[in-house]
Amino acid sequence: MPTFSVRAHKDTRSGFGAGLLALGEANNEVVALCADLTGSLKMDAFAQKFPDRFFQCGVAEANMMGVAAGLTIGGKIPFTGTFANFSTGRVYDQIRQSIAYTGKNVKICASHAGLTLGEDGATHQILEDIGLMRMLPGMTVVVPADHDQTRQATLAIAEIDGPVYLRFGRPKWPVFIPEDLPFTIGKAQTLVQGKDVSIFACGHLVWQALQAAEMLAQKGVHAEVINMHTIKPLDVEAVLGSVGRTGCAVSCEEHNRYGGLGDSIAQVLALHAPRPQEFVAVNDTFGESGTPDQLLIKYGLAPSDIVSAAERAIRRKG
Amino acid sequence: MLMSETAPVKAQDTPIDELARICGQVRRDIVRMTHGAQSGHPGGSLGCTEFMVALYFRILQHDPAQWDMDGRGQDLFFLSNGHISPVWYSVLARSGYFPIKELATFRKLDSRLQGHPTTHEGLPGVRMASGSLGQGLSVAIGAALAKRLNGDDRLVYSLHGDGELQEGQIWEAAMFAAARKVENLIATVDWNGRQIDGDVDDVMPLGDLKAKWASFGWDVLEMNGNDLADVLRTMGNAHGRTGKGRPVVVLMHTEMGQGVDFMMGTHKWHGVAPNDEQAARALAQLPETLGDY
Repeated sequence: MPTFSVRAHKDTRSGFGAGLLALGEANNEVVALCADLTGSLKMDAFAQKFPDRFFQCGVAEANMMGVAAGLTIGGKIPFTGTFANFSTGRVYDQIRQSIAYTGKNVKICASHAGLTLGEDGATHQILEDIGLMRMLPGMTVVVPADHDQTRQATLAIAEIDGPVYLRFGRPKWPVFIPEDLPFTIGKAQTLVQGKDVSIFACGHLVWQALQAAEMLAQKGVHAEVINMHTIKPLDVEAVLGSVGRTGCAVSCEEHNRYGGLGDSIAQVLALHAPRPQEFVAVNDTFGESGTPDQLLIKYGLAPSDIVSAAERAIRRKG
Repeated sequence: MLMSETAPVKAQDTPIDELARICGQVRRDIVRMTHGAQSGHPGGSLGCTEFMVALYFRILQHDPAQWDMDGRGQDLFFLSNGHISPVWYSVLARSGYFPIKELATFRKLDSRLQGHPTTHEGLPGVRMASGSLGQGLSVAIGAALAKRLNGDDRLVYSLHGDGELQEGQIWEAAMFAAARKVENLIATVDWNGRQIDGDVDDVMPLGDLKAKWASFGWDVLEMNGNDLADVLRTMGNAHGRTGKGRPVVVLMHTEMGQGVDFMMGTHKWHGVAPNDEQAARALAQLPETLGDY
């Protein structure tokens, strides 16, 4: 299988900050709002360079979502920034009524998603946000895999006319997606081709999936690894094409096993081409304090867990 | 400036006796719409009739023929207490945003006149969904900020229920608007003292409402929302107070159910439609002035 060179270790939230700054320079209609987490979201550079287009909202996320919705009336393209928990669960009804139902052009940008937020613990480690956002009609849901892809995604979602949820994280993480690989919202990226099992992953788990594929290769198993950076709209052709060749699937996400990428893929398979699928996800529980690596191991999201899931899926092909 | 540029949108100059005639017809519309749907919220709609008629036929600088979502160069209005949709739909239709006969579709299947207002069905005049309470002030603030960024000197108006002020988001928004000096915004509150479960003072008292808004940094005015002359005078005063570094709020004393005797003095007509006999009794008190839909 191809090897992926790690160019650097960088946090995906910094990719968002870099993308937002570039957007600010390129497009006068782009505005940004933050709820007292400007440093954590890496929005400082935008705030300093474009003070008239940056709105500090204080610790008041509900109002932030409504103000963002209002800013679209008059042609602005608002990017909201706060932690994933406060970007979704805390303000679900504001998003539902004032942004999604009305089709407002708001980009909800969410950092510190999932277990890899780490030491702050379960109050902040939302594992349900992909499901919450994916259930809203008209919402695009994007979960990029590394720093550079998060920057690309930030630029790309500005081109979509409608609400978007962009999910990224806190820890420094390998930057590995090949720079020449095209990035298009809604188009999955096949990183490794294989014939035995299709491993679909999003966010930080794409790197884990590549590690797993290497471990499987050493055992003579050829895994296909696909970066499902867009959860909605899901690249149905990519799912069916890959599983059509391999005959089984593994989904990997830093999210509850309910509602996220795994469910999205399962629905496609159930409707069009039922095949065995295994789920690498948090098993319907809350997280806890710990380092990102400790948590990924304890909650079953390590490369070895993906290897086991792939072997189970292959056995179930019968 | 090019000569071919569109002339600035202006407010209508409807005389006060004509406003009163329109109010009578709008009240008939409210009764007939809620009766026709056998659901909806007549009480607050009747109580806000003078304000909404004055707004659309005299105060707002708008042009229904040039309606679009962004509303550049026009004043914008946001109804935050979306359940009083009957009065809004009536003034929107009667001021030319959509055909008056469409009022007959209120709350019925395949209608643009949903129970609570929405942009989803493309109804002209509506820029935001409302119904889940407490969200409209934030949206109005955002629209006002967009006008500021666009160099658009027109104003943003919003209307809120008094019961709605129990929502925490309202006070997040109030704090934000004062801190960010949103000075092109006039919020209004339908202070009828009643909500769906009873009197506001029994359900969840608002305390010293005037002092609350003032302490949040707003310029506060009061008026009798059922007195057209007071509405015109006070809203003119409010207009004069914009652009001075503070958001403006007008606390509007109204009577829920105003204009239909048996709907006044109680919270019971907040969200109950009149039956055939009640509708007939109500309409007998409200002579047709502009023609029923």
